[in-house]
Amino acid sequence: MDMDHPRKPQPAPLSRMQPPSPGKKTRWTSDPVMGYLFTLPVIASLSVFLIGPILYAFYLSFQQFTFLNPDLSQFVGWDNYMRLLQDERFHTALKNTSFYSLGVVPVQVSIALLLALIVNSRIRGKTFFRVAYFLPTVTSTVAVSVMFLFLFKRDGLVNALLSFFGVEGRSWMLDIDFALPSIMLMAVWTTVGQFMVIYLAGLQDIPSDLYEAAEVDGAGPFRQFWHITLPLLKPTTFFIVVMSIIGTFQVFDQMYVISKGEGGPLDSTLTVVLYLYNVAFKDFEMGYASAIAFFLFAVILVLTLVQRRFFGEETRM
Amino acid sequence: MWNRLLRILFYIVVVGYACLTLGPFLWSIYTTFKTTPDINRLWVPLSDLTIANYVHIILSDQYPFARWFLNSIVVAVIVTVGNLVFNSMAGYALARIDFPGRTVLFVTILAVMMVPGQVILVPMYILLSNLDWINSYAGLTVPFLVQSFGIFLMRQFFLSVPRELEEAAFLDGLSRWGTFWRIVMPLAKPALAAQTIFIFMGNWNSFMWPNLLASTDDMYTLPVGLNTLYGEYDAFWNSILAGAMFMTVPVIIVFILFQRHFIKGISTTGIK
Repeated sequence: MDMDHPRKPQPAPLSRMQPPSPGKKTRWTSDPVMGYLFTLPVIASLSVFLIGPILYAFYLSFQQFTFLNPDLSQFVGWDNYMRLLQDERFHTALKNTSFYSLGVVPVQVSIALLLALIVNSRIRGKTFFRVAYFLPTVTSTVAVSVMFLFLFKRDGLVNALLSFFGVEGRSWMLDIDFALPSIMLMAVWTTVGQFMVIYLAGLQDIPSDLYEAAEVDGAGPFRQFWHITLPLLKPTTFFIVVMSIIGTFQVFDQMYVISKGEGGPLDSTLTVVLYLYNVAFKDFEMGYASAIAFFLFAVILVLTLVQRRFFGEETRM
Repeated sequence: MWNRLLRILFYIVVVGYACLTLGPFLWSIYTTFKTTPDINRLWVPLSDLTIANYVHIILSDQYPFARWFLNSIVVAVIVTVGNLVFNSMAGYALARIDFPGRTVLFVTILAVMMVPGQVILVPMYILLSNLDWINSYAGLTVPFLVQSFGIFLMRQFFLSVPRELEEAAFLDGLSRWGTFWRIVMPLAKPALAAQTIFIFMGNWNSFMWPNLLASTDDMYTLPVGLNTLYGEYDAFWNSILAGAMFMTVPVIIVFILFQRHFIKGISTTGIK
């Protein structure tokens, strides 16, 4: 490292300045007091508002605890976790969340790639299209949910458009079979832009001489895509798939707004986080809610570790 | 021949998808100018459109919409400023200052990034109610003044800054604190800009926490207020959507102005 910097402090230029004290060089990099002062707000905040609560949540997950009467709390061992295995509503929530994830992730990833290829090509009005495609991503989930409720209601625009094609309309968000798929559609619409941008960064990292060489060899656009773009985007795709699964497993806002907090009709939009929220703040069974939270944590931890492994050194010191 | 067809197909996809993303916004904006009896009419002539819904939503006696708007701005600004200062300080120390425990701290920060926010929902609620911070600005801001992802982002940025400038300033007698504020922070403008946009928008749009922490309608932020508007006044879609536009349009303006930083910020931090 030092070899790359021929202008590292030499005795000669320094003589002009204050006489360098022997400890100067080390004081510049090593400075425990300053190190702690600079990180103090972060250490305090993270301990009080993140690490402490995480440990307490873990403790709570082994308790029967209700916020309404903390004195009645008692240690119940693995009971809360065992209860997950038998809780029908939890199974429904898990099933809905998995269905949601399985439906959203592949569609989202393919559309994101397609859009990234489009905005990376030489089209007119590139900035306009980038902004247009990205707009849903910056919009609040609550505002988006309200907009979609309006579009998908019985006498809304979607049904009006469908009636041109002779398709019979319905109250999409109130229908047992269609409420969750409608929210899935909305989720794809909202988040595709974010993954498009990550793909865009991935595309721009591919050296252009690879394409030039392929062109000289007579490979057309499809073969270039298949033999260069897709393989070189593999890490990006993997990252996006993992992020997408993590995101879909944490879905909450949309379901909460659309089903007015209930997960209805008939639990058809009940997801893991919405269930957790209701168990904690409607039934006040906070120990059990914490066990659900740690189940979710386990899912996300596994996904993150798999992804870290794939990426290797990039996130290390 | 084939190329031509492909090109046409390409532009159909490009324009078609733009219609899909812009359509819902445009249709909602159109609706906010309709009178209540006209809400479900597909076509309303321009002369029948009105700005009454916007006036109504701001001046309404039924709900303090202006207050929600103000709450959202106050909370988002405080949280953003706090994050910029604290995340940068910590990021700088982690990148540049050697102190015992630095590695432990950094690894801890990386580790807690993996924990989903829902895990601390219950303990945080208990903690904040013990502090008597439920339904207060303190509850809406203080726990969110620091974000591990922001620290990580700033550390990565400071690692990429050449050390010579700081060394020179230090040898010139500038203190560590002075070096940080006068030399290092001005260099960090791109990273700070990306972080500002991220954190401001994240907080402006955040729903789960404020929904839990704000219990009376004078403490609601816009998303929480908008959710109750939809819950209580379902038929008045023109007013509800006007509310939605109030929380969307400022973000869209900021986004268009900072579009470059924003997309760059997402693409660099997204990969890392």
